[in-house]
Amino acid sequence: MKFAVLVFPGSNCDLDMYHAIKDELGEEAEYVWHDTKDLSGYDGILLPGGFSYGDYLRCGAIAQFSNVMSEVKKAADAGKPVLGICNGFQILTEAGLLPGALLRNKNLKFMCRTVELTVVNNNTMFTAEYAKDQVIQVPIAHGEGNYTCDEETLASLKANNQIVFTYTNDNPNGSVEDIAGIINERGNVLGMMPHPERAVHELIGGTDGLALFKSIVKQWRESHVSHA
Amino acid sequence: MKKVKIYVTLRESVLDPQGSAVMGALHTMGYNEVADVRIGKYLEVQVDDSERELDVVVKEMCEKLLTNTVIEDYRYDVEEAVSK
Repeated sequence: MKFAVLVFPGSNCDLDMYHAIKDELGEEAEYVWHDTKDLSGYDGILLPGGFSYGDYLRCGAIAQFSNVMSEVKKAADAGKPVLGICNGFQILTEAGLLPGALLRNKNLKFMCRTVELTVVNNNTMFTAEYAKDQVIQVPIAHGEGNYTCDEETLASLKANNQIVFTYTNDNPNGSVEDIAGIINERGNVLGMMPHPERAVHELIGGTDGLALFKSIVKQWRESHVSHA
Repeated sequence: MKKVKIYVTLRESVLDPQGSAVMGALHTMGYNEVADVRIGKYLEVQVDDSERELDVVVKEMCEKLLTNTVIEDYRYDVEEAVSK
């Protein structure tokens, strides 16, 4: 399976993402610059964390108009897995691929530590390798991860099981309903503030993030084996 | 040419943690009459005269890029700009 790791000016978790895929997951990964106009050769699209365009105006606001984003929309429409982590999540909400928005952390601090997440929905292409309600340890590093949306959107997120990860005990940013990650209605675009790509090896503090990437690959293999 | 002054604020329904922190500081300083603080952004955009209607152009820019309407409101004033 071949992943595109998108690189915007100011991305800084692209290397972590690349090595997680290449060295720990053992799949193909390529860096893809933000002005690329074709993503058709990739099976999965990864939007890494960082500070695209310096977070100017709003986090992710300027990146949403990069050339590559119309290709990301095409990939999402085609049902390919699209994963946005941290700044990648912010870009996906700004681009309208996921509902809601991310505000400044409630305590105004940049929060950088490992948190416990609950896998609320394990019936997705990103979480099938976890157990339902499994608690996992994943690092966070963000100043604007306070997820918010209007009540109508929240009700539909709940009704469609689109809340995938929540903070287990200690919500670090004040997000509504302790939301840490959500998926689109179709189930192929996931955005989350925590960094699973930083939890893929014991040497860096844990491996709980690896199952997320394994889930994507397993689902992809199963859906492509019939065409082989 | 016109100068468009755009004011962006968080919507009433959205908590403003920065505003709350600043209000706390003002209270600590003794300004107890402060009832609320909301922090926003101010943008000045110079726009050349064109065939497109200014209001349409400004609204489009605000709703596509300059604000995120999920969390922000905006209003704007237009003045004649003096070309340099």
